[in-house]
Amino acid sequence: MNAIISISRRSFIIGVASTAGGLSLGFNVPFIKPALAEGSETAPEINAWVVIRPDDTVVIRIARSEMGQGTLTGLAQLVAEELNCDWSKVTTEYPSPAQNLARDRVWGNFSTGGSRGIRESHEYVRIGGAVAREMLIAAAAAEWGVPASECTARMGMVTHAASDRATFYGQLAAAAARMTPPANVTLKDPKDWTIAGKPLPRLDTADKLNGSQVYGTDLKLPNMLNAAIRACPYFGGKVESFDAAAVAGMPGVRTVVQVDETAVAVVADTWWRAKTALDALPIVWDEGPNRQVTSASIAAMLEEGLGANDAFIGARQGDAGTALSAAGRTVTATYAYPYQNHATMEPMNATALYTPERCEVWVPTQNGEASLAAAAEAAGLPVQQCEVHKIHLGGGFGRRGNFQDYVRQAVSIAKQVPGTPVKLMWSREEDMLHGAYHPTTRCRLTGALDADGNLTALHMRISGQSILAAVRPEGMQNGMDPVVFQGLVLSGTEGTLGYTVDNLLVDHAMRNPPIPPGFWRGVNLNQNALYVECFMDELAHAAGVDPLAFRRKLMAKHPKHLAVLEAVAERIGWDNPPAAGVHRGLAQIMGFGSYVAAAAEVSVTDGQLRIHRIVAATDPGHVVNPAQVERQVEGSFVYGLSACIYGECTVNGGRMEQENFDSYEVLRMAEMPDVETIILPSGGFWGGVGEPTIAVAAPAVLNAIFAATGKRIRTLPLKNHDLA
Amino acid sequence: MARLIINGTPRDIEVDPDTPLLWVIREQIGLTGTKYGCGVAACGACTIHIDGVATRSCALPVSAVEPDQQITTIEGLSPDSSHPVQQAWLALDVPQCGYCQAGMIMAAAGLLMQNPNPADEDINAEITNICRCGTYNRVRAAIKLAAKAGEATQRG
Repeated sequence: MNAIISISRRSFIIGVASTAGGLSLGFNVPFIKPALAEGSETAPEINAWVVIRPDDTVVIRIARSEMGQGTLTGLAQLVAEELNCDWSKVTTEYPSPAQNLARDRVWGNFSTGGSRGIRESHEYVRIGGAVAREMLIAAAAAEWGVPASECTARMGMVTHAASDRATFYGQLAAAAARMTPPANVTLKDPKDWTIAGKPLPRLDTADKLNGSQVYGTDLKLPNMLNAAIRACPYFGGKVESFDAAAVAGMPGVRTVVQVDETAVAVVADTWWRAKTALDALPIVWDEGPNRQVTSASIAAMLEEGLGANDAFIGARQGDAGTALSAAGRTVTATYAYPYQNHATMEPMNATALYTPERCEVWVPTQNGEASLAAAAEAAGLPVQQCEVHKIHLGGGFGRRGNFQDYVRQAVSIAKQVPGTPVKLMWSREEDMLHGAYHPTTRCRLTGALDADGNLTALHMRISGQSILAAVRPEGMQNGMDPVVFQGLVLSGTEGTLGYTVDNLLVDHAMRNPPIPPGFWRGVNLNQNALYVECFMDELAHAAGVDPLAFRRKLMAKHPKHLAVLEAVAERIGWDNPPAAGVHRGLAQIMGFGSYVAAAAEVSVTDGQLRIHRIVAATDPGHVVNPAQVERQVEGSFVYGLSACIYGECTVNGGRMEQENFDSYEVLRMAEMPDVETIILPSGGFWGGVGEPTIAVAAPAVLNAIFAATGKRIRTLPLKNHDLA
Repeated sequence: MARLIINGTPRDIEVDPDTPLLWVIREQIGLTGTKYGCGVAACGACTIHIDGVATRSCALPVSAVEPDQQITTIEGLSPDSSHPVQQAWLALDVPQCGYCQAGMIMAAAGLLMQNPNPADEDINAEITNICRCGTYNRVRAAIKLAAKAGEATQRG
């Protein structure tokens, strides 16, 4: 991530601050129709969030990106709840990032990551719906010459009972748009919700059943060309030379261009022809400084950090060092977590149209504003002359937020064929070789047990890669990456450790190999939960105490952590023996503002693992759509178990070795366990849903594998281990 | 020149015979419901039917398709999403991001044509498509629901 983008992004953040105090309403800036949104420009905009057409269709604007997680439906439910509209008439559209900038960021943050889609915007989108409702009531009251306080709004209709009059929102919209928005509105108590909080079907399903949903890869524009790209596979390397003439005459080829210092692209009439020519194109790479880097050299670098003197402290209580040296009995174990690729099903892509005056980009993005900043920078144009059209994503998982490499590439290519739209799509191989990888870390844990088997001291030394140092240095705190300690800190609302240990030290020796890291669904909570929850199991075993009982003793001051753990234990039948040959494991953690736990039932027969059943629980405070929460939790086990069993990108010769799904396997149907989800919203806070339960998948299963085999697996993935 | 029958319509296409069928469908016929996911027939996003048999189209050269073979894509599975598999998918709200779902639906429809009442083991063996969002359990339930609907149709 370079400086120019950081500056642009910071200016966006300043924009947020200036409007954070309340909703901007009553704008004069005309709304520009996004290319892919349903047309609403002729229908009255009540406010930024709500457009109502004469036929009573309610268009709800959604600033966050839909990538399968259901946030589109959930956010629409929140607006509709306060609007008191007819849910069956709701449709949605994305406002564009340029519109957001032009309108003083009226839609707030577009970034869709960190499980923040709903928990960070629930209040202002509900206010948006409530304000629009009051404006509709005011319009009806004015028309009827009655006090607004005598009118009610329900199911898309305003009623004045005293005079027996009623009218639909569609008839009121034009007048409502001219009303002064109320300064204050009162939001409903969630217990009174009738649209939000309900397991409503998704709004985006129909088009996903018949091929009509247009993804970025499917985009068609007049005169559009297609580009296939190959970037230097060696991290830190670049293009030395390429022989464009060798492929210039191949069918469909229009041009061969260099893309920045690092990549070469072939532009052709179809993508297949572009790729075919690219495969035939002689390219010489400057392999850069990292040819000696291997997984083994990275492991050695991290191993050194495990014993290093200097480390950043993430959590400290009492004096762990002294307590451990004085302890009668200590337990030590070292765990490791590998690089992993997001492997979204839809490969990275972006379509760009450049002229010297304007640059437009169509892209599946988790952060439309980051895409806009990247487009402007790559185009060399003021951001006001650029536009980004958001498209639903074929998976995001963190790859399409902070990282806009494909946008920069698409614009760089389009700049070399001005006036012609170019769709850039990566091959799967390109996607695997140029990830923003789940960082690799190791952790050495040392715990002290007293004579009664109580944990009296714990030191967790994490060694390894910082994501922020590489991609968001402005988030570092005096050289420390606070995100490294997800789920392990002692205070805050994002993710605290659920155990009270009198003498505790969690510290981080930062070791940054030259491999680009990124935010990968669940981020650092994934390995941190693995480390702490598998080690708790080890300690319980060493103490000769049941793993649930061992944890309970440390969780008295952490009732919400304990509640989800107790819930999964009860549902899986922890107190009763499992079926013959079946074994159980537990894990809990807090992350992304939610408390989560899992219990797994597995069997291992002749070394073959079978995961029979997962029970998961989450307490996200409030639930906007329980059906979507259930699906996110269930899906998170596909992601988490893929990582646990298969996920590993290995480095050799300064590049990744895995290039496709044949060498980077993921979980498939046959291995998918039953997942039962327990939703325990305790109220009073808003936690995230998309990510946290991923983190408990691997530790619950590894603890169950220990119960089954007596083998303690401390490095992922499982495919590298013999369970026989 | 190749002649292909796609969703019941014969199409004459100027194409290099090595071009995978997927790219002919997407870029020359212009039907983009069938997706590219891997290019090596590992993920199943490109699944279509050839004479009713679920087939991965991304690694199949167009020259391997006979001119009289019937190619069906997701767009041609039914005119109005009324195929029992699509209906079951709708009833259970199966898709998440949706990118793999056309391939999943085509694979499921192919399975049910061969085996109208598949057991879990049959589903495990035949539905090897990759979904990264994690719809597998709803896919399984929807296949069973579609099988039930099919049974009812046959009985009725």
